[in-house]
Amino acid sequence: MGAQMKDAATTSDAATGTVDLAEEFRQSGVKEILDQLDRELTGLKPVKQRIRETAALLLVERARKQLGLAHGAPTLHMSFTGNPGTGKTTVALKMAGLLHSLGYVRKGHLVSVTRDDLVGQYIGHTAPKTKEVLKRAMGGVLFIDEAYYLYRPDNERDYGQEAIEILLQVMENNRDDIVVIMAGYSDRMDRFFASNPGFRSRIAHHIEFPDYSDDELLHIATTMLAGQGYQLTSSARTAMQEYISYRRPQPHFANARSIRNAIDRARLRQANRLFESASGPLDATALSTINDADIRASRVFRGGLDHERTPRSDQDPIQ
Amino acid sequence: MRVTQGCFSFLPDLSDAQISAQVDYCLAQNWSIGIEYTDDPHPRNTYWEMWGNPMFDLKDAKGVMMELDACRKVNPGTYIRLNAFDNTRGWETVRMSFLVNRPAVEPSIEMVRTDTVGRSQTYSWRTVR
Repeated sequence: MGAQMKDAATTSDAATGTVDLAEEFRQSGVKEILDQLDRELTGLKPVKQRIRETAALLLVERARKQLGLAHGAPTLHMSFTGNPGTGKTTVALKMAGLLHSLGYVRKGHLVSVTRDDLVGQYIGHTAPKTKEVLKRAMGGVLFIDEAYYLYRPDNERDYGQEAIEILLQVMENNRDDIVVIMAGYSDRMDRFFASNPGFRSRIAHHIEFPDYSDDELLHIATTMLAGQGYQLTSSARTAMQEYISYRRPQPHFANARSIRNAIDRARLRQANRLFESASGPLDATALSTINDADIRASRVFRGGLDHERTPRSDQDPIQ
Repeated sequence: MRVTQGCFSFLPDLSDAQISAQVDYCLAQNWSIGIEYTDDPHPRNTYWEMWGNPMFDLKDAKGVMMELDACRKVNPGTYIRLNAFDNTRGWETVRMSFLVNRPAVEPSIEMVRTDTVGRSQTYSWRTVR
């Protein structure tokens, strides 16, 4: 039979076949992942919206494939840009699950790497190292954090270029075996893509992660604490709110990660307070309550770390 | 002479899709795959040349198939086998081994009879091309 006749046969099948998208949506398990994303991640509205759109596109693409309308794997490589602590890695993990349940990657695991895992230290070291990582990531998602470090424009003999070339080749030739997600700060990623046009054209989905608002960070703090079995007193809640507004302009602010660290230190102070002040048996409430003194003891209320504190002689010192 | 070593060697040669499926089975058992090649299929030649290190932490057969393709390109017309290593006992044990490539014309193995003291004879085998 000639190829033309075969094509004609598929087209006529396509005309008669139907696809129930709602049913596909239910069966693929995508709904659970999207619901989980909504439940577990605070804020990030534009990100969730983009993921929803991507999921819809992939679902439709899969349905089209079933009816013989689409051929070949779509480009799924993505870039996640945003400030530190905005949930890029967490979303990448969810994305791997999403792509797996839609059948776009075979195994659905996430391999998270940085420059150190890809680039070697001497001639001939880089290619095996990069290939090793790519082999591990086959059938899943390769997440390259701070991808712009791969490219060092100031050193033309930098081995990063070699890793970039291998990556580009695999991103093109093994599109149905691997999905690459590159992540990093927005401005530096833009510069990275500008100097490596090969990446820009091979990445179809650019997703921008916004900073969390103060309210969202407070919500993240309470859910994190609830997850660890702690609660805040109402005055501690106010203290946390103030903490967030003081912490934001200070150096090395990393959104949810800063909040996680603050919570860890508050737990430390709470343990210390209980240890030093307790004079009798403690009940579960005392052990799981964080009060405002635990939070207000933070150096953030005094303007940050001593050596990083900006001189504020003209302002009231924050007590 | 058709060499029969390891699993599946009495079956027709495996296609790449079949090799890939076998590798997926091995990876699902948490076995690691090593690729080895040689031009001497003598049964006593246990230690074949290693094509890189055994591959640990793989999830998908594609990684093995990429290395196999590379090995075939560099060593055409040799015997290539995949060994699956199981580490559940705390050391690596070969649990499965099968040929994935053989030369177009295979050498034959010939018996050699040698006279030794007191008219007794010893037997050995050698590869003949």
